[in-house]
Amino acid sequence: MPTRRDFLQIAAATAALLPAAHWSRAFAQQSLTQDGLLAMEPVGRLSILHVTDIHAQLVPIHFREPSVNLGVGEVKGLVPHVTGRALLDTYDIAPGSAMAHALTHEDFATLARAYGRMGGLDRVATVVNAIRAERGEANTLLLDGGDTWQNSWTSLQTRGEDMVECMALLAPDAMVGHWEFTLGEERVNELVSRLGFPFLAGNIRDTDWDEPVFDAMTMVERAGVQVAVIGQAFPYTPIANPRWMMPSWSFGIREEEVAANVEAARAQGADVVVLLSHNGFDVDRKLASRVPGIDVVLTAHTHDALPEPVVVGKTLVIASGSHGKFVSRLDLDVSGGEVRDFGYRLIPVFSDVIAPDPTMAAKIAEIRAPHEATLAEVLGRTEGLLYRRGNFNGTLDDVICEAMLEQRDAEIALSPGFRWGASILPGAEITMEDVTNATAMTYPATYRTTMTGARLKEVLEDVADNLFNPDPYYQQGGDMVRVGGVSYAIDVSAPMGSRISALTSLRTGEPLEAEREYTIAGWASVNEGTEGPPIWDVVAAHIRARGTIAPQETETVRVTGA
Amino acid sequence: MTMKLELTRRQALLAGVGAVAVASGLGAGARPAVAATEDANALIMEFTGGAEPAMGRVTLDVPEIAENGNTVPMDVFVESPMTDEDHVTDVLIVADGNPRAGVATFHFSPMSGVAQANTRIRLAGTQNVIAVAKMSDGSVFMDRKEVKVTIGGCGG
Amino acid sequence: MATPRPRIRLDRNEIAAGETIEVKTLVSHIMESGQRRDGDGNVIPRKIINTFKCEFEGQTVFSCDIEPAVSANPYFQFMVKPPRSGTLTFTWIDDDGTEITATEDVVVN
Repeated sequence: MPTRRDFLQIAAATAALLPAAHWSRAFAQQSLTQDGLLAMEPVGRLSILHVTDIHAQLVPIHFREPSVNLGVGEVKGLVPHVTGRALLDTYDIAPGSAMAHALTHEDFATLARAYGRMGGLDRVATVVNAIRAERGEANTLLLDGGDTWQNSWTSLQTRGEDMVECMALLAPDAMVGHWEFTLGEERVNELVSRLGFPFLAGNIRDTDWDEPVFDAMTMVERAGVQVAVIGQAFPYTPIANPRWMMPSWSFGIREEEVAANVEAARAQGADVVVLLSHNGFDVDRKLASRVPGIDVVLTAHTHDALPEPVVVGKTLVIASGSHGKFVSRLDLDVSGGEVRDFGYRLIPVFSDVIAPDPTMAAKIAEIRAPHEATLAEVLGRTEGLLYRRGNFNGTLDDVICEAMLEQRDAEIALSPGFRWGASILPGAEITMEDVTNATAMTYPATYRTTMTGARLKEVLEDVADNLFNPDPYYQQGGDMVRVGGVSYAIDVSAPMGSRISALTSLRTGEPLEAEREYTIAGWASVNEGTEGPPIWDVVAAHIRARGTIAPQETETVRVTGA
Repeated sequence: MTMKLELTRRQALLAGVGAVAVASGLGAGARPAVAATEDANALIMEFTGGAEPAMGRVTLDVPEIAENGNTVPMDVFVESPMTDEDHVTDVLIVADGNPRAGVATFHFSPMSGVAQANTRIRLAGTQNVIAVAKMSDGSVFMDRKEVKVTIGGCGG
Repeated sequence: MATPRPRIRLDRNEIAAGETIEVKTLVSHIMESGQRRDGDGNVIPRKIINTFKCEFEGQTVFSCDIEPAVSANPYFQFMVKPPRSGTLTFTWIDDDGTEITATEDVVVN
């Protein structure tokens, strides 16, 4: 299998040369070159490139991968539910290497200083263009897995326009969506109508007549073979995000539809069937095991980055990470209507190593110009690493929760377990761009309400089941809701309704009372008409007032059953 | 992940009724699940004349998680040649966690061509939806699917 | 109250003998379950469409007995295999006895 060999090449190309204590930025990067990062022994004639979950990050960022990413049921202990050192061991990656930094949280701040930021759509463009040049445009397919148009300040201010314009320069062959839908039906339709490439969703139907809203499939000829791309939007968009923003569209996994579309693709002469999916990793792994005839699933949503495909039966499941950190290149050798061989490389986009594409860089600069002053405002400084990703609280969410407790005078704060949001290194200034990279979205009101202890437990149980239901088809792919002002224990293996216990007020040290009403602050309510200041203003005010943030690794969630 | 935490004004007016039941419009909820299951079983037995339906031939298609408990799409299909001699006559739909388990009964004929129907139903919380089909020879078959009705979502 | 206007969609009106037509119907109706209470705690009286049927030239093809657990603005989709050209008649019956009807002609070649 070529995968392992290619993978070892990249591991060697990015191998650690010195103990972490001796890293200097210049030295670390001497071992990295653009050619080295891109080098791959080609297989067959067809190349499929995948980018996903960019979350509108046009410029390079730091993004710390999770230290806790639990799997439950049958997937317990399987990738992507393997983190840190265990992940490095699984794939024989040297600790301290560039790839180790890209894929794990280990020594994050130290290695981040050594290897620099990752991503940037101008660097992604360079990678894509280089592969197109190497393999030939007529043999290369570029697919965008969605969560592209939202979650930066510029994408919020331009209602996705910035991303649509930049992605037009990359010219993907198709895309799917999730956060795109939080722009509302009208705006989505408007942007889709001028994309120039298909916005696919085989699993969206109108709520009146139960008829398809978008194309399910596109058939593209590349490298002399017919490639069918079937699109799958995030199945739980109207549950995880406000349904009132997409009232006439109904989603769902719709496994039978996927199977029917695969059959239709084969009947129409497809040599290769690709599912461009925003289902989330575990959902796609299950789907691949149940729906025959899919050659490749390009998965998304759960932000996993895996250096090798996960093989399910005859299906390759590819996980390409998030925030522009990676570009996946999958080479396929196809003949007689069948995939004979493949090669794969998860290309890490180290922004100091890969040269920016000048056309894309100019476009990004033009888009950002009117917003630069806002984005560059320094709000304060952090002494420690601020990050979000992980199943339970992250230090960045702790800051957001503290901000809500203080600014909204609440006893308890709740912050959504989004998987997007860039990290901020120790000692760095915190800018408005940093805050909006973790908060920019179309329903940002920071509400204040009351809730009984019993109701709060019910909410935590409900969210926990979205994450830890042993059947992947019931998982929604976010992380656990973040809490401020309370601690709790969770048994992830317990059934719904009995996972959460020991809810305790941090202020009083007393257990929460089931019947008592508590003052709660939170943001990102899915209810229409929610009122309150936008969360970025609340967080910015808090950081300005504090000046310096000193995050602690908190112990407010005690986890068992993992 | 996103939460549906604070009550809307409309919901606040109806406070005191179980939140999920409010969402489904089936307000008299709060009946013990056991009673609802008994209700469902009684309806099925009445429909089949006491015969225990076998699993098979019936395919009930419902979403894993409801987007809106007020309107959950459901589709039922029964394998049958649908000839004068051999066809599906009736299909009973029950929801075993609703305050009243009965949902609908479809009546088919050979002129249906295919024994398939689709409608939208109210579900007062996570529960099983059950479809029982009666054939022209009196035999009965069923399918059962759980639908989760959540109070808050989570997707990042 | 004005009689609700039903909406009907056939996947096609003209078929070859032996083929089936997919029928979709929608009618605007509150489907008041009789299980809700108003602000004063009084039960809001039940008012639902309790029966839907589709007939071909006087013969029932498909029908449905409906409980309050069917959603507001009831939607039904089902199949019809008409033996010859003729008229499909759709009827919705309200608890108050009101009947709503609509027709669609089909051609069988």
